[in-house]
Order: sequence, then C-alpha cells, then structure tokens
Amino acid sequence: MKSHSNDVWVFIEQRSGKPADVSFELLSKGRKLVEVLKGKLKAVLIGSDTANIVEKIFKYGVVEILLVDHPDLRDYRTMPYSRIMHELVSEHKPRIVLFGATIIGRDLAPRVASFTRSGLTADCTDLQISDVTYLRKDYPELLLQIRPAFGGNIIATIITPDAPIQMATVREGVMENLPLTDAKKGKITKIEYKKDPDDDLIKIVERYQEESKVNLKAAPIIVAGGYGMGSREKFQLIKDLADVLGGEVAGSRAAVDAGFIPHERQVGQTGVTVRPKLYIACGISGAIQHRAGMQEANKIIAINSDPEAPIFDICHYGIVGDAVEIIPKFIDAFKHKLR
Amino acid sequence: MSFTSIVLVKQVPDTANISGQVMKPDGTVNRAKLPAIFNPEDQVALELALQFRDKYGGTVKAVTMGPPKASELLRECLYMGADEVFLISDRKFAGADTLATSYVLSEAIKKLGAYDILFAGRQAIDGDTAQVGPQTAEKLGLPQITYVEQILKAEKKAIKVKRKIEGGFEILECSFPLLITVIKDAATPRPFKAKRVMAYKNARSLVELEKMVEGNSLLYMDELTEEYMSKSLFIPTLTMDELPLDQERCGLHGSPTKVHKIESVVLAGNEHIKVEPSKEGLEQLVSKLMDDHILG
Repeated sequence: MKSHSNDVWVFIEQRSGKPADVSFELLSKGRKLVEVLKGKLKAVLIGSDTANIVEKIFKYGVVEILLVDHPDLRDYRTMPYSRIMHELVSEHKPRIVLFGATIIGRDLAPRVASFTRSGLTADCTDLQISDVTYLRKDYPELLLQIRPAFGGNIIATIITPDAPIQMATVREGVMENLPLTDAKKGKITKIEYKKDPDDDLIKIVERYQEESKVNLKAAPIIVAGGYGMGSREKFQLIKDLADVLGGEVAGSRAAVDAGFIPHERQVGQTGVTVRPKLYIACGISGAIQHRAGMQEANKIIAINSDPEAPIFDICHYGIVGDAVEIIPKFIDAFKHKLR
Repeated sequence: MSFTSIVLVKQVPDTANISGQVMKPDGTVNRAKLPAIFNPEDQVALELALQFRDKYGGTVKAVTMGPPKASELLRECLYMGADEVFLISDRKFAGADTLATSYVLSEAIKKLGAYDILFAGRQAIDGDTAQVGPQTAEKLGLPQITYVEQILKAEKKAIKVKRKIEGGFEILECSFPLLITVIKDAATPRPFKAKRVMAYKNARSLVELEKMVEGNSLLYMDELTEEYMSKSLFIPTLTMDELPLDQERCGLHGSPTKVHKIESVVLAGNEHIKVEPSKEGLEQLVSKLMDDHILG
C-alpha cells in the first residue's frame, strides 16, 4: 500500500459500448488539474470490446488506461463495477477520482467513496486546484469542488482537506470537451476480471435504451421558450424560429411542466447544460436553475415582456416585449436579410 | 409471504422557499429558520413500501436521522400508515456529510433486527446528492437498485423492479435483502388518514417527553415513558449510547467533505445591447449577428 499520488482518474462511462460525452469532458478537465498537481491523468475503463473507446481516450492526453475488459462486463451493473472500481482505487490511491453525474455515475461513485471512506461531492459545476487554509491549517493543492446548493440559491465550495482521496461527480455538458490534436498514445494496463459471487446478486432481465434523438449539446443555435410563451399553440413559434435559423428547440422547466415541450429538451439544472453559439430565450424569466444550463452560451438574446426579468442580466442583446409578437418579426427580418 | 421493510426518511428545509439568513457562519444550514417538509422522494419511498406491505404482507418501519424536531416527520409516517418509527438523534451526529450519515444509519439499521428491503428516496432536495442510499447499502454489504420507478413482482427470495436509465429502462431481479432508491414517479403518497392522525398525534419521542417533564414538576420521566409506551405512543430514539459507533466517524468530525465557502448567487448585471422590438431594430440585430458569423 502506498500513500496517495498526485494522479487524477476519470471513470469512463460506456453504455452498450458507446462512451458517454461526459467522460471526455472530464478527461479535458482532468488534464488541466494534473498540470497543476504535476501528476498523471489516468482513465479507468470497464466494459467489453473496448478497443474503439480506448483509442478515443488517448486523444485527451491520458498517460495510462486501467482496462478491465470481459464479456460479463458489457453493461453497467452496480455490484461488479463498484467492486472493481473500489479495489483499483484502494490499491493505487489516486488523489482525485471523477465520475459523470449520470444515472450510472450517481449509482457507482457513492459506493466507491463509501468503501474507500473518501469525500464525494455531487453535481459539481466547476473544479479547481488551490491551496486552502481551513481551520487555521494549511492544505496545499486541494480540489475545490464547486456546486450549486439549496435549490440553486447558493454556490458552495466543498473541500476534502483530510481524506487522501477526493471524489466528485460532474454533470454532462458543464465542462468543455477539448481533445488534443497531437496526443500521444499512452499505456494500457489490462486488469483481469476475477468474478465475485456477489457480482451476480442483481440480474438484468430486460433493458430498453434508445439513443436520444435530441442532441441539444451539439446544436450551434438554440431557440428556447418559457412559460411566458403562454400556451402550447403559441410555443409553435419557437419551433418556427428554430426551423428558419437552423437551430434546435429547447425550453425552461416551467415550459416543460406546462406541457409545452418534452423533458428531453429542457435546459437548466435539472435538464441539459448547453453552450451554443447563439441562445435565444423567449418568454424565459431566467431563474438561476435555467441560467445554470445556458449562461456559457457565446451569445444570448433575451426576449421578455418584463424589463426587470433576470434573464436581461446575463444576455448580450435584450428585447423588451411580448415574444409572441416579436418572433414573427424576427423571422421576417431574418428572411429579409437572407435575400 | 411477508416482508419487513425499513424506509429511510428525511426532514428537509423547503428549498423552494428560501429567505433570510439561513446559513450559519460554518457554512452549514440553520434548519430552524426554514419551513421543514417531508423530503418528496422519501415520501414516495414510504408510499411504495406501504403499497408493497399491503400487497404482500409484512411490516414497514420508518427511520430518520435528525434533530429532535424530526419527530414531526415520524408522526407523519405514522399518519400515512407506517407500523413503527424510529428517531436517530444525537448532538454528536450533527453536521454529518453523506459518508458520516450513512455510517450512523447503517449501524442503526443493524440494531432494528432482520429486514428484507430498505427503501429510500433517490435524493433529498436540500443537497440533491443521491449518495446516502448507495452508501448505506455499501456499508451494510447490500446490493442496491437506484432510480426505481416500479416494483413489478416479489417472490419469496427475489424481487423484480423496473428502474429508469438514460433514454430507457431496465428490469432487474435481485435477491433479498437489498436497498432500493425511488424516484418521484414511482407512486403518489396517500393523504394522512384522519383515524391515524387522531391515534398518533400524541406520539412522542424521548426528547419530547423530557421537554414535557422539564416544564412540569408533577411529571416523572419513568412514569411518562411507561405511559406512552403502554399506549404505543412512544417513538424510540437511538442515540450515540445505544449504537456501537466510532465517534471519530460521526458528525462533522467524521465527514471528509467540508464546506469551504458559501456564496449567494449574485448576478453580474452586465450591460447588454437593447434592441428595439421594431422591424428596423430586429433587422439591425440580424445584420450584426450575420456579420459576426453567428447567424446565416
């Protein structure tokens, strides 16, 4: 048993052989963290037939992949995955372990943290390394785990000063995905899967999973509507504008709750986090929960009849007025300019 | 067939209605200043456990860890139909993060005797971490199924449930005992039954009885406790003394994560360009966006 290293580990999540975007976002962030810590960036990959994922991982400057590849591990299952992960963490003692705050990550990370008695912070929106003085004691190079708390009303910075291993989950889309152009291929360390009787306590009887047809994260232009659109019929205007501009349609939670738009198109803290080139917010007041999911957009246009709406505090272009009247004019203006 | 279920419940500040100074200087929450409610997904977990009992037989025990005030929540569990309730409370448990909480919970659960299934809400609205369920399962050496939306079938030795996954669902089968965490859509909590409210509104925990004795020189603790027990109105309380706990692993001290800094969310209030909602205003905006290669 060695004392902890300065290494940063990322758990690579795959679903039926397809890696999750959040894992690459975490590798991109992890690369920045190891630069400060002067440690190594490593990935843990558990699955079956993983060759193509391995290749993608090396595009992010990963020094080593700890690979557990076995047909029994094709799909995520709590028992074998958490056991393998906590065994690896206990043996190698990385300084930081990052997971996606997905259904899989949120099922897996707590068990690993519990076994290794590590600190774990859920749903971080930012991660930084900094020297910290806590209760008059100095701690060099701690991981600052920054997350909204209390329904988004406050931003908390969590630290794990005394535990050797710091763990965090991060929501998909919050961090940038930055592959390297000149990445070197790192080392692959294959780890044998030794089956434990507890691994089969839970059996998968059936699984149905379809890839989301909606990919808001990849859309360069997003037109989003809120409760202020007034009705499902008027919400059609959002679709009209998106179609003309070649963008995707999204909505605030209030619009989803009102039945204007399905949940898979919800932007915000309990939906998707996006960073498009252009985000047009129509009839969205701009509650903190919504802003958390879109404030990184390159340009934001806000259309709202209430000039005091908080959305105007973060937008680049503000239009005060009823979105229902303004959207058709916007469409006309765009068509006119295209000619 | 009959099953013993234990439901982990939590009283939480109503985070949808936060006002005033609720954060203490150490960064923890001054819960006394907030309206306290039944954590929504825990209430769904209790409902699902009650439905499970009503269908297959058995008993439902509700357990909460929290300050003495959390007895309110346990009374609500009784109103809904829980057979037994337990309070886990001690000043030494205060300030616990999910690791320290799951440690105390797991030791308390061991004290409650044999069980078949543990229910918990997926997450609590004050922290949204979704960690206490899985961490309690890990400490008890139990398999867990999170994000459960339906119990499909229970047999003597195994249970079949449907759980949510990204873009779909899974149907899983697991042997007893196990822990499940439940999402909001799994059930609609039943209203309190008037008869049960009448029967249990006077149920009191140890600390509450102590308070009554303090304020009344005619009451004696032993007699009072006995009286409440005989009427089945006594809410058992587990403290540090009743549980085989390592104090180093409890409360703030046993919590590896610490709150370093709390900031209220302040808007930058940045200057933006005001666009007139007229034909000309919008055409100018569109031209600007095209020039910047954002549109077109």
